[in-house]
Amino acid sequence: MIPGRFEYHQPDSLAAAVGLLSELGEDARVIAGGHSLIPMMKLRLAMPEHLVDLKAIDTLKHINVADGVVRIGAMTTQAELIGSAELQLAAPIVKETSLQIADPQIRYQGTIGGNVANGDPGNDMPALMQALDASFTLHGPGGARDVKARDFYEAAYFTARDDLEILTEVSFPTCTGGYAYEKQKRKIGDYATAAAAVLLTKAADGSCSHAAIALTNLADTPVFCDAASTHLMQSGVSADSIAHAVQSCISDIEPVEDNRGPAEFKKHAAAIILKRSLETAWSRA
Amino acid sequence: MTKETITLTVNGQTVETRAEPRELLIHVLREQLEITGPHIGCETSHCGACTVDIDGRSVKSCTMFAIQAQGAEITTIEGLGNPDKLHVLQEKFKEHHGLQCGFCTPGMITRAHRLLKENPNPTEEEVRMGIAGNLCRCTGYQNIVKSIMAAAAELNQPETAA
Ligand SMILES: Cc1cc2nc3c(=O)[nH]c(=O)nc-3n(C[C@H](O)[C@H](O)[C@H](O)COP(=O)(O)OP(=O)(O)OC[C@H]3O[C@@H](n4cnc5c(N)ncnc54)[C@H](O)[C@@H]3O)c2cc1C
Ligand code: FES
Ligand code: FES
Repeated sequence: MIPGRFEYHQPDSLAAAVGLLSELGEDARVIAGGHSLIPMMKLRLAMPEHLVDLKAIDTLKHINVADGVVRIGAMTTQAELIGSAELQLAAPIVKETSLQIADPQIRYQGTIGGNVANGDPGNDMPALMQALDASFTLHGPGGARDVKARDFYEAAYFTARDDLEILTEVSFPTCTGGYAYEKQKRKIGDYATAAAAVLLTKAADGSCSHAAIALTNLADTPVFCDAASTHLMQSGVSADSIAHAVQSCISDIEPVEDNRGPAEFKKHAAAIILKRSLETAWSRA
Repeated sequence: MTKETITLTVNGQTVETRAEPRELLIHVLREQLEITGPHIGCETSHCGACTVDIDGRSVKSCTMFAIQAQGAEITTIEGLGNPDKLHVLQEKFKEHHGLQCGFCTPGMITRAHRLLKENPNPTEEEVRMGIAGNLCRCTGYQNIVKSIMAAAAELNQPETAA
């Protein structure tokens, strides 16, 4: 399991990293925690000629909460997300999701930027980001732009990010209503057979003032379930509306058969974790 | 592609070696520095046998290029204890039969060491979650968990005031 040969670069500023990517062009790849990229390189499914390591760029490592907005630097690790008391207050679903990713060793290395930029439908952060209605900030040779998580994913490993752009920050509104991230997996360290990120806010009159549901590993991109979310906001949360929302979500997914089971089984598992996550989120709302 | 000079502090000693950027840390540790405590179980980031401590984090050294560890402080099982003076975790693994073939043990103990630094008084559940990235084909984990709990209890004994 020896990766192909490459040259290693460790720029110490974002400008230098963007400059390197422009100069080296499509032969270069960014490396963050390396815990998706290095396994791919060992299998020679990825053979970049240059790796641009972002680890020395301090401006990519932060968790800030201000004016109702959470901003997280791309190089923040999953372990740092789990350990942040500030984030736990501003958006507790982030910790709940992060704890479902891989195992402790991998969470010390894996970054939020790498997880959302990777484009693997098995990654857990993308659906979470869609539920949170997050934006991703991308820096390229032409400057910076923001792309909504809900518009970012095009197909497995294809995203709205241009090869020359670096994802620098993830931002989303604080979210202190009901929440749940439920994941069905075969064992710890496995990607999801099915997983759901759910946010539900209960208004003072008991109605559902905000709902957002997004799913992991049930299509070749994360799936934001717009119709089901809208339905819960319009009809309120009840056993009936949950059953309706679950059916609506199932009609949005396109799971494929793999070593985690046939498509029908995945729909079955998805329906169970969806019901569970909707009930949990509402009980916490 | 040319080799690069890599400086590491391994178990308190600063060492310099040369490696291609594509060389994984586990290979450099084992083959060049002859630190063979960390094992290669799977080479696919799953088993945790290759776990070492890097700047206070447990890392699967089969999933890091040595050059990414440039300048880092690394602790391996060799740095925790030795046959003449076992680490508390090593003592407790011995006492509670926390190992059978011993292949997973260096990674298991190196991971447990960091876990107890971060959480000196873990529940059994926290120990199980804390070592979830380390696989053992022999023990069924029961005695590994017991050993780690026993080590935590010993480390938590109040020291006699100096
Ligand atoms: C055994 C194992 C189990 C795992 N289980 C899970 C799991 O259950 N759920 C889950 O979500 N993940 C899982 N992972 C993946 C892990 O979370 C990765 O760390 C994560 O997907 C990628 O983050 P990274 O920082 O390691 O990125 P890297 O591996 O460094 O990069 C991944 C990709 O994103 C690109 N990239 C990285 N950062 C940026 C950036 N800032 N801007 C632009 N492009 C960038 C890289 O070029 C590369 O193509 C697992 C990994 C392993 C090895
Ligand atoms: S050898 Fe590194 S995790 Fe198995
Ligand atoms: S003791 Fe044999 S693998 Fe753990």
